[in-house]
Amino acid sequence: MSTLPHTARAIRDAVAAGEVTAVEVCQAHLDRVVATNPSLNAFNTVCAERALAAAAAVDARRAAGDVLGPLAGVPVAIKDNLCTNGLRTTASSKILDTFVPPYDATVTARLEAAGAIVVGKTNCDEFAMGSSNENSAFGPVKNPWALDRTPGGSSGGSAAAVAAGCAPIALGSDTGGSIRQPASFCGIVGLKPTYGRVSRYGLLAFASSLDQVGPMTRTAADAALTMNVIAGYDRADATSSASAVPDFTAALTGDVKGLRVGVPRAFVSNGVDAPVLEAFDRAIATLKDAGATVVDVELPNAPSGIPVYYLVCTAEASSNLARYDAVRYGHRTTLAPGDTLQTMYERSRDEGFGPEVKRRIMLGTYVLSAGYYDAYYLKAQQVRTLLRRDYDEAFRSVDVVAMPTSPTPPFTLGEKTDDPLQMYLTDIFTVSANLVGLPAISIPCGFDAHRLPIGLQLTGRMFDEATLLRAADAYERATQWPTLASV
Amino acid sequence: MQYETVIGLEVHAHLLTRTKIFCGCSTAFGAPPNSQVCPVCLGLPGALPVLNRLAVDYAIKAALALGCEVQRESIFARKNYFYPDLPKGYQISQYEQPLALRGSIDLDVDGAVRRVGITRVHMEEDAGKSLHEGFLDSARRSYIDLNRSGVPLIEIVSEPDMRSAAEAAEYFSRIKALLVWIGVNDGNMEEGSLRCDANVSVRPVGQTTLGTKAEVKNVNSFRYLEKALEFEIARQIEIVSQGGRVVQETRLWDSSTGRTQSMRSKEEAHDYRYFPEPDLPPLVVDAARVEAVQQTLPELPEARRARFVSAYGLPAYDAGVLTQSSEVAGYFEAAVAASGNAKAASNWIMGDVLRRTKEHDVAVSAFPISPESLGGLVRLIDKGTISSAMAKDVFAQMFESGRSADAIVAAEGLAQIGDAGALASIVAEVMAANVDAVAQYRAGKQQTFGFLVGQVMKASKGKANPQLANQVLRDALAEGAGQ
Repeated sequence: MSTLPHTARAIRDAVAAGEVTAVEVCQAHLDRVVATNPSLNAFNTVCAERALAAAAAVDARRAAGDVLGPLAGVPVAIKDNLCTNGLRTTASSKILDTFVPPYDATVTARLEAAGAIVVGKTNCDEFAMGSSNENSAFGPVKNPWALDRTPGGSSGGSAAAVAAGCAPIALGSDTGGSIRQPASFCGIVGLKPTYGRVSRYGLLAFASSLDQVGPMTRTAADAALTMNVIAGYDRADATSSASAVPDFTAALTGDVKGLRVGVPRAFVSNGVDAPVLEAFDRAIATLKDAGATVVDVELPNAPSGIPVYYLVCTAEASSNLARYDAVRYGHRTTLAPGDTLQTMYERSRDEGFGPEVKRRIMLGTYVLSAGYYDAYYLKAQQVRTLLRRDYDEAFRSVDVVAMPTSPTPPFTLGEKTDDPLQMYLTDIFTVSANLVGLPAISIPCGFDAHRLPIGLQLTGRMFDEATLLRAADAYERATQWPTLASV
Repeated sequence: MQYETVIGLEVHAHLLTRTKIFCGCSTAFGAPPNSQVCPVCLGLPGALPVLNRLAVDYAIKAALALGCEVQRESIFARKNYFYPDLPKGYQISQYEQPLALRGSIDLDVDGAVRRVGITRVHMEEDAGKSLHEGFLDSARRSYIDLNRSGVPLIEIVSEPDMRSAAEAAEYFSRIKALLVWIGVNDGNMEEGSLRCDANVSVRPVGQTTLGTKAEVKNVNSFRYLEKALEFEIARQIEIVSQGGRVVQETRLWDSSTGRTQSMRSKEEAHDYRYFPEPDLPPLVVDAARVEAVQQTLPELPEARRARFVSAYGLPAYDAGVLTQSSEVAGYFEAAVAASGNAKAASNWIMGDVLRRTKEHDVAVSAFPISPESLGGLVRLIDKGTISSAMAKDVFAQMFESGRSADAIVAAEGLAQIGDAGALASIVAEVMAANVDAVAQYRAGKQQTFGFLVGQVMKASKGKANPQLANQVLRDALAEGAGQ
């Protein structure tokens, strides 16, 4: 590893220049996966043969003098809730443990078309439901910085893989913080793009109006590079946006002079661990030193984010997960003569889904039920509108809103598994970006006394990922926090 | 006590697009099972729907033909329920904000016009088909064919404006004719392109509130619709007249027993947990699009019927028969253009043409005699070239051979003898050969005139113009009488 470049951009350039071959890079990363996976459990599936063949194809194209894609030879890890043609895709659920999709998610197809090499599918909370990766049918992922800690969730495997050097880029999905919180816990960069910026086609839906796919990387520049490949309109996703996609790498000027950073002080002062708050304040000071202006903003409805989020996401999930009915694919219970269709449904789903998924399906079914819909689902949608107004108001006077990504550093495995409500509350700072559709990024902003990573979250205007990446990159240049854990 | 029946219908109609409503798979009927499917219509994990623009245009077209107001914004919604042929576990439909509202259609009930209100027209996807019979192991398992999954549908919901089974059947028939007329549905009920559920209740005559309704499902032909409703109406009247209460429920029509039977009660009714479909943005239809679709709408049956009366002077009955389908109406207008005689064209079409299309099960569009050709036949009659009686034979030959009337008449030498000189010699021959009959006539036995006319027609091989033959014979008989 040590002799090879570590970032996607450096790998891409080195492969293009012939300093290393794509196969060498691929093999080194596969070696790292094999070395770390027994302790991290970050991968559900490793596809070494497929990856080496793809890498060899990149080398062949280079030898033939063909034009190479913007990610040629760069290893990537794909969250296991994104479809990969011919490669098992499970969403870390027993109900799909043998499911092999016959098609690619748009994002994986775009990455591969750009020359990226898929090394494997990363572990996550089942159907992306969770904040600690402990809801996986394949066991929890460990945090590469401290193996007794959670890597966060739901994209815990992707975050751990990147932090451990298994791949410079991983794709995650973010419904209420599932890219940003694990990025924060694992000390890397995680970007949730604007709703509609990146296609959801081939993403196993959890909550369709909140889900967004995004990059998890060790640098803002690599996140920008990934966004250049995966962002943009997709005719297969009716909610994808036709908004023009800028060259995100061009936004990385290193300059934040005049950037107006809003801090919702009342909101972030409540229930946040002292080390997190200290790191947050230091990060704000750093941005100020770099020329940014810090402005107080208010998000009066932000504290309602958690209840609103858990009404909306469970309602949508209860419907999205109905297709796992054991009829066409997925786990089917062993049937005996006399068993009815109803038995097949009930027992297959009972055996196939884990406790958290069942909990959310039941909650969501209740939320949408006749007589409760108005009080829960409709009311939640109304609060969502109020929250949108809060942000609209804030963005009249600032360019980004800054908050801690998580109120705590990574917590201990098992610490919150018996208390779903405590677990849900860890998403307090991340859910509102999903509810409103705004882009948000988590970037490393230091460590606590136990050398556990802490993340800074910046939320931007609709379709203004460029400003988030510019601020993230400038902050990164000013701080140089280490992002590679030595497992 | 006298009871009044109240019926409202929900008609489901496939739209005639080549591809499905949310993916590019073919909608063709009859392909091998599961051969027209993709991740979207199979409900594979991660697949997403994309709305078919043409399906929207067809739905708008139907809504406009039904006199509905197309809504600027309509919302797709998920109707959640588990069924093996419903791949996603929900049907994408429209619920609180449908595509179109408030239309109507006029029925002809015993010579009077009855207007039936259309509550709404909304778009949705069809489900697949469960196959419970016809396989070696059908006793143990069912099979699913998802070729139909995702075929675009409109649902047309009527107001409870119908008062008898016959009216309901008439309504369903009018809806079918209209959808076929405007080209959005093929009217093929055997293939399930058009289906119907009925809401039925009864109440004492004079009562204004509605009785408790039952929904009758699975009535997919006009005959069954009428039978099922008659059974259901009788069943409800029987209950109510004995002091009982009708139970609100869904009932299934069984054509083999001729009865409806309970499928599920109100308590067992599904809670469909409708909510807005987050995978599809609101459907926005602006005025320009409505206008553009309006432009593609043909003249509707009612307007055409009225025009046939006013422009061609046809009786209302003729106009009704001729506007049963746009093919028949088009055939008629082309025949009029070719013949210049609307009533004659109408008579031929209502009689021989439609009879033969039925007898030979051939579409009007594929009828061997073109409307121009029929027009030619009418012209020959009007010019006196052939007699009406002879025209029947010519028509038969046209149908068999596809040749024009002119060609047949010329080839067979069928033109009437309309020349008095030519007829005079035939008359003279006949009179010479029937001296006794001539004498009897001249002696005052008028009845022999008919016999002599017959002989003239026979001698001319039927080609003598009958009126002219009469005239020449009468003149010849009168001439000789004074000698």
